Amino acid sequence: MKYMKEYRDPELAKKYLEEIKKSVTQPWSIMEVCGGQTHSLVKNGIIDMLPKEVTMIHGPGCPVCVTPINLIDKAIHLALNENVILCSFGDMLRVPGSKINLLEAKAKGADVRILYSPLEAVNIAEDNPDREVVFFAVGFETTAPANALSVIHAHRKGLRNYAILASHVLVPPAIKAVIDDDESNIDGFLAAGHVCTIMGNSEYHPLASTYNVPIVVTGFEPLDVLQGILMVIRQLEANKATVENQYSRIVKEEGNTEAQKMIFEVFEIKNQMWRGIGEIPESGYAVKEKYALYDANKKFSISIKEAPEHPDCISGQIMKGIKKPFECPQFGKKCKPSFPLGAPMVSSEGACAAYYHFSGLIEA
Amino acid sequence: MENNAKLKMQLQCPMPKLDFDVITLGHGSGGMLTNKLLDSGVFDLLSNDILDKRHDGAFLEMNGKMAFSTDSFLVSPIFFPGGNIGELAVNGTVNDLAVCGAVPKYLSLSFIIEEGLKMTEFWEILVAIKYACEKANVKVVTGDTKVVEKGKGDKIFINTSGVGMMHPKAAISQENIKIGDKIILSGNIATHGMAIMSVREGLEFETTIESDSTNLNHTIINLIEKFGKDIHLLTDPTRGGVATVLKEIAVSANLGIDIFQKNIPIDDQVASACELLGLDPLYVANEGLFLSFVDASVADSFVETLQQDENGTTAKIIGSVVEAHPKQVILESAIGGKRVVSMLPGEQLPRIC
Repeated sequence: MKYMKEYRDPELAKKYLEEIKKSVTQPWSIMEVCGGQTHSLVKNGIIDMLPKEVTMIHGPGCPVCVTPINLIDKAIHLALNENVILCSFGDMLRVPGSKINLLEAKAKGADVRILYSPLEAVNIAEDNPDREVVFFAVGFETTAPANALSVIHAHRKGLRNYAILASHVLVPPAIKAVIDDDESNIDGFLAAGHVCTIMGNSEYHPLASTYNVPIVVTGFEPLDVLQGILMVIRQLEANKATVENQYSRIVKEEGNTEAQKMIFEVFEIKNQMWRGIGEIPESGYAVKEKYALYDANKKFSISIKEAPEHPDCISGQIMKGIKKPFECPQFGKKCKPSFPLGAPMVSSEGACAAYYHFSGLIEA
Repeated sequence: MENNAKLKMQLQCPMPKLDFDVITLGHGSGGMLTNKLLDSGVFDLLSNDILDKRHDGAFLEMNGKMAFSTDSFLVSPIFFPGGNIGELAVNGTVNDLAVCGAVPKYLSLSFIIEEGLKMTEFWEILVAIKYACEKANVKVVTGDTKVVEKGKGDKIFINTSGVGMMHPKAAISQENIKIGDKIILSGNIATHGMAIMSVREGLEFETTIESDSTNLNHTIINLIEKFGKDIHLLTDPTRGGVATVLKEIAVSANLGIDIFQKNIPIDDQVASACELLGLDPLYVANEGLFLSFVDASVADSFVETLQQDENGTTAKIIGSVVEAHPKQVILESAIGGKRVVSMLPGEQLPRIC
């Protein structure tokens, strides 16, 4: 596979770090929006290599982390129904619901399957006409086209036993919510490269100009992240606030218009609950009435009581960048990846788990 | 070449003509069907002076220090590129004994079979077992076969236990590790795990990733012969991968370990597969691979010797034992950053995007 070594070149990384050091004259707080970037920062040990003036704040961009507890309970409830095959991306399985997680449901006999693509779930539905197949359609704009396509495929095939339990969250409204929060204090953003691959950059221009913040659409390899940081810092130091595209080898200004068509064929924008943060206006997708048959929320009448978050979990503050994971009194004590109190400790993209796994140096 | 040898072995061991083509509950009953199954091939295939006595247990003559190990094998799919569960079951226990510093001698072999397993599949597994035993120079001396109802197993589970004679020059123990020791990996990481995963996930690459499952005893004994007590610890990083094993050692020996990502050998294709599936190769299971902690004075010569061996052509020093940060494994990333390597809370789950 190409592009695995090219963007991990240690000599180039050194040059970027030197440039960053040369460019910085004052402290800056930069939020990387996407959990994939958080993962890359900690996995490659980048945080400790940056000059002390640069503080990286880990944003809400882990779809696993922000999926409402209520929806996880719904997924578990469906999975425990003998006639249901519940399909999911891998890292949703360990996310705690109000009582158990999907892995525990699986151990209790639920038919829970880890998939890499929702299209596989459509095949499973076709192969199991007597059972209901539900795909736990979680993700940002990135996974929405494939989830939408699965509904379109099921519809074309005339399948009546396939539905998605959708929990889609959208990045631009989340960035807006983070900036609007009085407690947060972020100077610039690395926007999520893969989200922009689908949606393009148009939604970010008004954010950059209205709030006067630089936004750099950034990739996920170590050199991508370093270059993104450098581009934000150069803007900040020059008192500029525009949208720049670091990830131009993948992201086009208009995004992937075919994928967008697919999304809006199946989904419409709605207000969305974000675990740990609360409701953000127009920040999620709901399945359109036209495809109600494929909407697990409508197909199965599930009433699950709203469950409270664990009282000791401060995930909201973590995801808004107000607190660092190691500033939480429960971090590494009561709350560990093996016993997460809240979602950011679960997925390896979650800020708390990423810190726990990779940055014991920072911890110490 | 190894594949040709396997093919030859299969041709030399044609499946006997049987009046059943799948294994049924009766084959594990201990009655006539069990005898039929064993007599019609198993005993002949694995025949040796001790097994041929067909007693309830095996009579062994051994003098001196011994090593004893056991392992159960459950892999899905049971046939995968580069091997099957049969040779895995032999090599696994053989290698566990070898990393103790022992010359593996005798194995027990127990099957738990789910009814419905095709006889052709069972035969292929048996042939692989025979081949692996011959290559490792070990004998199956006792065994057992049980059959469970459909749905209560996953085609076939195998347990092997084994005993080996300790090599007189071996002095392998966690207590012998000391600050300054070099850590050597005998070959590419994550190959076996990704061979299995790519079949499970139906991934197709330009060339198929084949499991590197093999017996390491001859390689290891050769090293012990040459380097003796300068080899402080040997271990095979199977489940949990290299990261988990190193962390376990750091914790229990109360020492620090530094490793360097740029030195960790991995096949390009395997690295790509890991990227695609969102898995960290450091946590992926290995077969046919071992880690050595050796005295720094012999490290280079150890690697040179290992690289001459068919099981160590890509061997490399990946790190060392350090005084700083006891109980912690620190990895220097490809771009020069540092991070802590910890154990996973459970199975490695693929990431969402």
